[in-house]
Amino acid sequence: MSNLPVLIIMPLLLASFLAVLFGIWWPGWARFISIIGTGMALVASIVGLSKVLSTGEALHHYMGGWPPPIGVEYVLDHLSAFMVVIINLIGLIAVVYPPAPGLYEVPRKGIPTYALILLLLGGLNGTVLVGDLFTLYVFLAIYSVATYGLVSLGGDRAMVASLRYLILGTIAGGFYFLGVGFIYFTVGTLNMADAANLLPAFYDSPTIMAAVALIVVGMGVKLALFPLHVWLPDAHSYAPPVVAALLAAIQVKAAAYVIVRIMLTVFQPEYFTDTLPVTTVIVVASAGGIVFGSVMAIAQSDFKRMLAYSTVAQIGFVGLGIGLANPLALVGGLLHILNHAFMKSCLFLVAGGIKHQTGLQQIPRFAGLGRKMPLTMACFTVAALSMIGIPPTAGFFSKWYLVLGSIDAQNWAVVAVILLSSLLSAVYFFRAIEKIYTKSSEGEPAVEQANEPSARILMPIALLAGGIIILGLTNAFIVTQVLNPVAALLSP
Amino acid sequence: MTETYSSLTPLLAVMVPLAAVVLIIVSRQRPNLRESWTIMAALAQFALVASMMPSVLDGRSPETTLFTISPGIALALRVDWLGIMFGASASFLWILTSVYSIGYVRGVSEHKQTRYFGSFAVCLAATMGIAFSANLFTLVIFYEILSVATYPLVVHKETPEAVAGGRKYLVYALSAGVTLLLALALTYYESGSVEFVPGGILAGDVSNNTILMLFGLFLVSFGVKSAVMPLHSWLPTAMVAPTPVSALLHAVAVVKAGIFGLARAIGFIIGPLAMHQSGAMDILAGLAAATIVIASLIALRQDNLKARLAYSTVGHLSYIVLGMSILSVDAWTGGLMHMVNHAVMKITLFFCAGAIYVKVHLQNVSDLNGIGRQMPLTMGAFAVASLGLAGFPPIVGFISKWFLVSGTLETGQWVFAGAFLISGLLNAGYLFSIVVRAFFAPSDKPMKFAEASPLLVVPLIITAVLSVVLGLFQHQVPYFYQLASWVATSIGSGGGM
Repeated sequence: MSNLPVLIIMPLLLASFLAVLFGIWWPGWARFISIIGTGMALVASIVGLSKVLSTGEALHHYMGGWPPPIGVEYVLDHLSAFMVVIINLIGLIAVVYPPAPGLYEVPRKGIPTYALILLLLGGLNGTVLVGDLFTLYVFLAIYSVATYGLVSLGGDRAMVASLRYLILGTIAGGFYFLGVGFIYFTVGTLNMADAANLLPAFYDSPTIMAAVALIVVGMGVKLALFPLHVWLPDAHSYAPPVVAALLAAIQVKAAAYVIVRIMLTVFQPEYFTDTLPVTTVIVVASAGGIVFGSVMAIAQSDFKRMLAYSTVAQIGFVGLGIGLANPLALVGGLLHILNHAFMKSCLFLVAGGIKHQTGLQQIPRFAGLGRKMPLTMACFTVAALSMIGIPPTAGFFSKWYLVLGSIDAQNWAVVAVILLSSLLSAVYFFRAIEKIYTKSSEGEPAVEQANEPSARILMPIALLAGGIIILGLTNAFIVTQVLNPVAALLSP
Repeated sequence: MTETYSSLTPLLAVMVPLAAVVLIIVSRQRPNLRESWTIMAALAQFALVASMMPSVLDGRSPETTLFTISPGIALALRVDWLGIMFGASASFLWILTSVYSIGYVRGVSEHKQTRYFGSFAVCLAATMGIAFSANLFTLVIFYEILSVATYPLVVHKETPEAVAGGRKYLVYALSAGVTLLLALALTYYESGSVEFVPGGILAGDVSNNTILMLFGLFLVSFGVKSAVMPLHSWLPTAMVAPTPVSALLHAVAVVKAGIFGLARAIGFIIGPLAMHQSGAMDILAGLAAATIVIASLIALRQDNLKARLAYSTVGHLSYIVLGMSILSVDAWTGGLMHMVNHAVMKITLFFCAGAIYVKVHLQNVSDLNGIGRQMPLTMGAFAVASLGLAGFPPIVGFISKWFLVSGTLETGQWVFAGAFLISGLLNAGYLFSIVVRAFFAPSDKPMKFAEASPLLVVPLIITAVLSVVLGLFQHQVPYFYQLASWVATSIGSGGGM
């Protein structure tokens, strides 16, 4: 028993209350408290990850001292430690990025924003740490509610997008809840490890099959897996840039985690691959999403909307990793969760920086920005090259493992889709790069007067861009230390 | 190659230009200081490469193993015979191009010179990385960096033609990039290794279909940069770039990186034995021979001087490709020598084209009547290099062609010998006609001696003299002949040649 798993969640939940409480009187404190809270969560998750790596075993915490299956269990293993580090790292960068005017339409200097961001982070951490199917639903609901609030901070159109997301998200949550209910009524337990022991006897039961279908579809909506992605483009493009960064980087990935967790820990992977055609469906949906998202991204002229459709495509890579269900592909998919978190949050924060300095968000009007904001645009270029998959940036390596995985699965159609997606993303990113660097800013006063944003905006962007290259060069360490043990669960 | 020893020199040769990039950006407000960084980096890089030459000729490879880049694969540099041939020629010519570039960009007042010199340095770092890669994975990383770093140079002028040329270049280069990723993955999947081993790593354990597929992927991946028809059309379009870029990158570094990659893929990954058994080399030889003849014919019809040179490059690159596909030791030797020899001669021609452009702003062959009387040094160098490319002794082009032709005759492939000879005549036709026009055609205005700035003229005289010296003293300057024949022998030692 270890207290670390809850020590990751507690500072965030606590800070979200304190941020509001103090922020009402001293607005400056809200940001300060959020940074402290997220920082503590990050430290705890890094300590947790290093403990898991050094011992090679999972850390368990029994809430209130009640052992499972009666009590609620929190588990920090390779997979959840990997996820919490990503969540809290991106979370910290997001709360450090200043709530500059023009980016949010929110009263009282962004105090509600901080509380909601912290709730979102707390919910995400809880979702990946909890070892109990029902409590997972609770955390799912916490982060979802926080998300609906955050999206609506983007203005009028964001409210509509948020409402739409709320309806679909609630239905998706309901699907998951129903699925868990079916499992509970069949095996009589909600603890994941306990259920894993009891479930094989019921693999033929239609109830369990229905439960799997409900959970996967519900999480497919939350993951925005094509064709269940319809809520995502609006929600991500109308949300404030920092919120969009958080949603694309870590929030949608939580659902991917849930699918992986249920497939590997609660069930035996063969149940998803052989008995039921779950992984086949995921592969087809992911491949469709990659092509659809990329093509739609090409059709956009709004920068954030282009990034949002790109997210639909990139989620497909994570989906392929899960769906191909072999160790190499799973490593690629999980690595892409990390890589995409860095790339996409960097890009959304760049979008915020451009919006803040110039008020622009239409790509055709970005002409000449390369001269005016050279550092920001250099970071943008690094992130864009990584999205295309140019080595040695991180994006290349997720594709490398995924291509190896699809060759291993002898799935040449998927190989073709992965390669095609590189070219499609090159089309929409180089279109922006060409605009930014080779066109002059004539007739665009917003660009003529633009200059580099302040260090408070630039630093988070630069950290993420630098991180993209570092992640690329150190991917072998991450793969062998953290991800290979997870992938080993596929073939026990 | 028998032994390796650990050394940091290969890494330094790659890193020096990158350090220069930082300094170039920092000193962007002071052009003289900025350009001195480029010159110093070029000199330092060549010195580092030259310092490894003795031990490489001794058969000992300096090696830098950095870290694991993917489980089981290290990011590693190793300088072998083939690598140092490419590395030494590219880094030496970079020194001359740096001097020339300064004269050129100031002569025509190019804009955004910091971006220009910075991108140039990144390209040279990547080229050195390609030359010294110890395995395919490392090569792919540097190859892709080179692809991207060339883009700012192609679109440098920012005119609609330049931007369109840049788009076309990207379509070709990035498509090649994704096939390269697949080729890399397939190699690793089939053999569990991506190391470069003379004679290949695939022979014996892989089916013919896989070999053919892999060969097709490598052909597309490296064929784009080597401009093998029908993958060549980006190269003439990319001539919109400033002339020093065309000179060093589109005649030496970038296109030879494609050739070099193909040599690595055929000689060190697939292996001549597997190539021979699968019949893949017939495809390659056919494509290359067709490219040689067709490109030469197209070159005849180009009025724009740089476009004519570009098609000439397309043809000559396929000399090397054809040499490699013939799978004989002589042909390989000739092909690899031509990799260096063509570099020296073609860079001379591009330097001449640039000097003419800077001095009299002429770009079309039909306007060059009598220009030789105004710029005798430039056109003299042009004449030397033209003769060399057509294969006249004693200029260096003769020697590589000698080996190439004797390789074809040795294996009884008369058709390919014919391709080389026809192309020689066509070369004389499309290049020497310019020389004749420049010196002997009457011109309507009086021509007085007026050369371009020495920054432009001195480098092109050096390369022209070099192409004669290398041709005359091939055995006294044994490096390239020795290295090329050693490489060819080591690849052939496993059979298949």
